[in-house]
Amino acid sequence: MSTGIANTAARLTRPLSRGGSRRAGTRIPLIVTAVLLVAMFTVGSLRYDGFFSTQVVLNLLIDNAFLLVVAVGATFVILTGGIDLSVGSMVALSTMITASLVEHQGWSLGAVIPLVLAIGASGGALMGWIIHTFEIQPFIVTLAGMFLARGLCYTISTESITIDDPTTVSIAQARLYGSGGLFVSVSVIIALVVLLIAFVVLHHTRFGRGVYALGGNETSARLMGLPVGSTKVAVYAISGLCSALGGVLMTFYMLSGYALHAMGMELDAIAATVIGGTLLTGGSGFVLGTALGVLVLGMIQTVINFQGTLSSWWTRIVIGGLLLVFIVLQRLMTGRRAETD
Amino acid sequence: MTNRLDPPAGTARGPMLKRLAGHRLLWPSLVLIALLLGNLAFTHDFFAVRIRDGHLYGSLIDILQYGAPLTLVALGMTMVIATRGIDLSVGSTVAIAGALACEHIATSSDPDGAGTVLTAVAVALGVAVVLGLCNGLLVARLGVQPIVATLILMVAGRGVAQLITDGQIITVTSDKYHMIGGGHWLTFPFAVLLAAALVALTALVTRRSALGLLIESVGGNPAAGRLAGIRAAGLLTLVYVFSALCAAVAGLMISSNVNAADGNNAGLWIELDAILAVVIGGTALTGGRFSLGGTVLGAMIIQTLSTTVYTLGVPPETTLVFKAFVVIAVCLVQSPAFRARMPRRRKTGHPRSDTTAGAAGRQQEARA
Amino acid sequence: MTTPSTPADPAGTAPAGAAAGAGADQGAGRGTGAGPDTGTRQPVLEATGIRKQFPGVLALDQVALRLYPGEVHALMGENGAGKSTLIKVLTGVHPADDGTLLVDGAPRSFADPLQAQQAGISTVYQEVNLCPNISVAENILIGREPRRFGLVHWSALKRRAAELLTELDLDLDVSTPLGSHSLAVQQLVAIVRAVDLSAKVLVLDEPTSSLDREEVAQLFTLVRRLRDRGVAILFVTHFLDQVFELCDRVTILRNGRLEGEYPIGELTPVTLVQRMIGGELATLDELSEKAQEEAAERVAGEPFLTARELGRAGSVEPYDLDVHAGEVIGLAGLLGSGRTEAARLLFGADTADSGRVTVEGRTVSLRTPRHAIARKIAFCSENRKAEGIFGELTIRENIILALQAARGWTRPLSRTKQDALTRRWIEALDIRPADPEAQLRNLSGGNQQKVLLARWLLTEPRLLILDEPTRGIDVGAKAEIQKLVARLAADGTAVLFISAELEEVLRLSHRVAVLRDHRMVATLVNDDGVTPDRILATIATGADS
Repeated sequence: MSTGIANTAARLTRPLSRGGSRRAGTRIPLIVTAVLLVAMFTVGSLRYDGFFSTQVVLNLLIDNAFLLVVAVGATFVILTGGIDLSVGSMVALSTMITASLVEHQGWSLGAVIPLVLAIGASGGALMGWIIHTFEIQPFIVTLAGMFLARGLCYTISTESITIDDPTTVSIAQARLYGSGGLFVSVSVIIALVVLLIAFVVLHHTRFGRGVYALGGNETSARLMGLPVGSTKVAVYAISGLCSALGGVLMTFYMLSGYALHAMGMELDAIAATVIGGTLLTGGSGFVLGTALGVLVLGMIQTVINFQGTLSSWWTRIVIGGLLLVFIVLQRLMTGRRAETD
Repeated sequence: MTNRLDPPAGTARGPMLKRLAGHRLLWPSLVLIALLLGNLAFTHDFFAVRIRDGHLYGSLIDILQYGAPLTLVALGMTMVIATRGIDLSVGSTVAIAGALACEHIATSSDPDGAGTVLTAVAVALGVAVVLGLCNGLLVARLGVQPIVATLILMVAGRGVAQLITDGQIITVTSDKYHMIGGGHWLTFPFAVLLAAALVALTALVTRRSALGLLIESVGGNPAAGRLAGIRAAGLLTLVYVFSALCAAVAGLMISSNVNAADGNNAGLWIELDAILAVVIGGTALTGGRFSLGGTVLGAMIIQTLSTTVYTLGVPPETTLVFKAFVVIAVCLVQSPAFRARMPRRRKTGHPRSDTTAGAAGRQQEARA
Repeated sequence: MTTPSTPADPAGTAPAGAAAGAGADQGAGRGTGAGPDTGTRQPVLEATGIRKQFPGVLALDQVALRLYPGEVHALMGENGAGKSTLIKVLTGVHPADDGTLLVDGAPRSFADPLQAQQAGISTVYQEVNLCPNISVAENILIGREPRRFGLVHWSALKRRAAELLTELDLDLDVSTPLGSHSLAVQQLVAIVRAVDLSAKVLVLDEPTSSLDREEVAQLFTLVRRLRDRGVAILFVTHFLDQVFELCDRVTILRNGRLEGEYPIGELTPVTLVQRMIGGELATLDELSEKAQEEAAERVAGEPFLTARELGRAGSVEPYDLDVHAGEVIGLAGLLGSGRTEAARLLFGADTADSGRVTVEGRTVSLRTPRHAIARKIAFCSENRKAEGIFGELTIRENIILALQAARGWTRPLSRTKQDALTRRWIEALDIRPADPEAQLRNLSGGNQQKVLLARWLLTEPRLLILDEPTRGIDVGAKAEIQKLVARLAADGTAVLFISAELEEVLRLSHRVAVLRDHRMVATLVNDDGVTPDRILATIATGADS
């Protein structure tokens, strides 16, 4: 009988041994994204002088370090099947708080940054708590968070606050040189560290696996005895924390705090996550894919800058088009899965 | 047990229901009145309406006029939300419609010609129908979640609007076009009359035909709707097209009021205000019953709130903070989980004597 | 045993049946201590006096259950008997309002499934409650992954999962996502997870309902293996054969109360079904003479609808059925026997994947409910709340909805017409409150059911499919609905009547189609020879004796 059961198991597995292909299936968007990135770089290199250089790639990171951090946070939320619309506003609020405390109140950066991060994390946790406890859709709660954060910016100041604080400026302008005169900013290092931590957390901790399980099937996760509530609160807290950190990096990048900073960044973050292969319905995706997604967005911007004749709004149109392609792709693939199961 | 949800007697039912029906609009009305009275405390001539050059002027008229585009966008949003959907792309549609119309008028040889203006309006509305169809197709045919489907156009639409205006602010000098959003007709601002007419028309069509009922059915219980033979896909597509059309008319109003199209800023955040107006008006985000009257009240509340903040002299942008609290408060009130946690529980279980008579039935419900 | 809430000394605990109290236990034999080991060993899990009240609903009343190590114990009962609620109480999903739960003789109470798991009680549900998006290995071990330096130790995780599978002779690649495997394999993985969590008590809640024969055999092999290792298995199923094939003892619930506990040897399929359904079935006074007399003549003419080899994989095996105008056909069978599924195919609520349907001689395609409605077929779902009512809408709106949907939104029924129709049906069916503008969610179940009937009667159907129309409604409303069915049939409407109550089916039907284990096993003309016992026997044995 024991061989019987093994045989049956073998029989049962065989017709569905597309398991491998299915796994490849969830990776198709990621492969598409990688190919897209390489293709854009190749085409750019062939068409434009000075495009084919490592520094161009590094500049992608320098210009998008804050977006990378924010998108990493968004990935956590989207993996659970939620959405966080407040990230852009939270970034703006962080730039405002940082700039105003450093410039107007004369606080030291070392005191301001932990405060900003704490505000971001607790704001996110509060939203997560409301979403979980009162079973309100994430989008409406984070919409309120978006209003609140943006509104608080204006209560601090309606004007842009330029930062002249020497410490801040020196950190912002610091260039970390590598061989051959290549350089990155401090922000890039921070962003990459955040990415690395997120990768380890998502793929190698119980909490991270819980995030995936929650996104796969919330009821199951609860019945399997996973801490669904605290996981939910935690992902929004992480998203808030990442937004706040993204805000600090943006403050370095812009050297100013302004209520109109990071307008629409929530969309860029979501777009980067989706293009990076994370399912908007949750449960499937890779945080490293999100990094690829951010690079694709940056590459679009770079190509358009190099082209010169193309205007900046093409960025939005291309991002929208890519979103459409990836969402339809996701839909067709998950639809197929539903049929086969 | 069997009649546990039955009213104790049929007598108290009728007036009770009427009171409940009143309740739907009661709170939004009270909030609006409170806001208006609050304004009166700060600005003593707040309620004053004057006639100058045969036109009505005054703070109340301003609220109506500036609130007209929002009312329209919220009108379309109401129908979408009634089907359990959401349309995030209305802001982009507002920008695209304004941009298309102004571009057409600005490049025309006869910017003030009736034909030019009519063509401009037709082009804007026609494109809006196409945009609405795209959303509807994604939601109804491909089964993409509404928030995701409309996000695409929300992102790309701004770019398209800027593409049309070439990144510039297109100014037009056309009195006929200015009529839509800034003109007066029969002493009233034309925008207010237009919005009122469209609201009335929508109410008439949805309530006189069976459209409203079918939309509420699809939103209220999609599974039951399917078994009752309702063709949901067509209805869904229809509401997204309607929402885009409403947004386009709002876009025409906004651009015509300032005689200019700004692809970047026109209709910015209006999707959020519209959702807020709908929710304040008593239409639940979970679909089902919709209230057009509530939506109009909701839009007026938001507009009055903006005016109030402005009169108070605080930066107008801080209205966002108020809106945040309003959103959360309204959603909490609508949330069953929140109500369940409120101490005032009406049914705290039945007395122990409630035993097994008809138990099968009760268990059936318990299982469900 | 008057105060079941006091934790009792395990040795002194009264036998389960004593707690069942008056009423349910009238002479129904309890096999106290008749199981193989029950006399000598302590139950691993013992529940007594369990009571669970939902708002307005007493779901469990004085229910008891004993599970011994190394036994497969069936929990049986018709729909609404309280099986699911009992399982949820045992596994910590719902807290019990009253009663004692002893695990290995010690009183316990569980606030959530996790606590139950820690105490050694795990559940595998009908719907696989695992996450399809993560790997087999993780599904088995999530929440207790082996860790190294605080991080998940992947190679150890995979090794451990593979070991667990090998122990039970399952050969799977543990790194593949669970969703890439068949439902049966997912079910097995769920069991492996549950067993690894806690080797004491395993609750299997209808694990076989969507598996085919071979897959079921495989599952049973696994269950027996676990039993031999000393695991107590509580097995919930609707398949009678499986109970007799696999189980050692049976606990039967009826209407939220304990009917009794029996060693399997004391039961035959027929007695088991009788005890599940209850009632003295031999005497049926009200059996309609008329229905029987007319049966022959009703069946004589051309059928209104014929189904040939109509089936859908995983829900009902291909069946043939002729439906004549003016005929009431009863669908009899236990819950889960495929009676609902068979009916849904005729309405296009589910799409058939084999066979064909003709209506009035013409082959038709019934892919969606709209197609069926256009052919004058109507269907009242058994799931009133999820698939029937629109709670926020009024009685009037609910009643006119199907007719209006068929007309399309551009051709509205005038308000006068709506009011007239609504008033007529409120009156005809005695719907209360008689206020057409009352919100449907405020009505009692019986009145909601009447509204649904009115909705479909308005479309003047030629074939009306009623799935459990009298379930969960009070006696008065039930009788009215039965009368209505008879009247409709007399007026020439064909009715397909599904009910768990054989009595009701026999009273109304001209013919009875019996379903068992997803197959239509017999179609009986309801003449004098057809008795509840004969139908029971057909349900129990799968053949008309």
